[in-house]
Amino acid sequence: MVWPIDLAILTLVVITSIGALMVKDLLGAAILFGAYSFMMCLLWTVMGAVDVAFTEASVGAGVSTVFFVAAVFRTSRRTKD
Amino acid sequence: MADLISIIVAKYNYWIYITLMMIGLYAMIAKNNLVKKIVGMNIFQTAIILFYVSIGVKKGATIPILEHGHGGHGHHVVHAADYVNPLPHVLMLTAIVVGVATLGVALALAIRVYNQYNTLEEDEILAQIREE
Repeated sequence: MVWPIDLAILTLVVITSIGALMVKDLLGAAILFGAYSFMMCLLWTVMGAVDVAFTEASVGAGVSTVFFVAAVFRTSRRTKD
Repeated sequence: MADLISIIVAKYNYWIYITLMMIGLYAMIAKNNLVKKIVGMNIFQTAIILFYVSIGVKKGATIPILEHGHGGHGHHVVHAADYVNPLPHVLMLTAIVVGVATLGVALALAIRVYNQYNTLEEDEILAQIREE
């Protein structure tokens, strides 16, 4: 585990998670959540968990984002918080 | 004091894990939009996965794939300290798949609620339920 890369990715993870919850548009939240999942995938790679990393890349960053975008298109993008 | 600071700095992975978990818990409780609540639930789940993967990390260890696994160089002694612990990884593979399944069910329920009440905001849904 290389700690400078680890620390940088952990910072990005926290920033993207707060951003996904703060943005006032559900499509933006879905895309930021995809970025969050991909940062998590990079984090697993840094920590040596390669099997978890490619499962997260395909299932977390791929399928979850598609689910969110599909749900937002079937409902509405409007949000108050 | 120096001991306390060194403990806090050395375990920074766990502090980020607690931070992410509390961010997800806050979103599940305090956010008003149903999709935002589901995003918070997923952040909570990945925080738990981060905790478990952090347990398996060892200093100076490599990924858990055997070197010279196909033999040819005589018998090798496998030193467990040279590889990160793969057991938490395998447990968390299941957790990722379960997380996507719960995400799909939650989004399907949110779409169903939207078709019924024509909104995703929790307070508007509750107001419509009280009117009926």
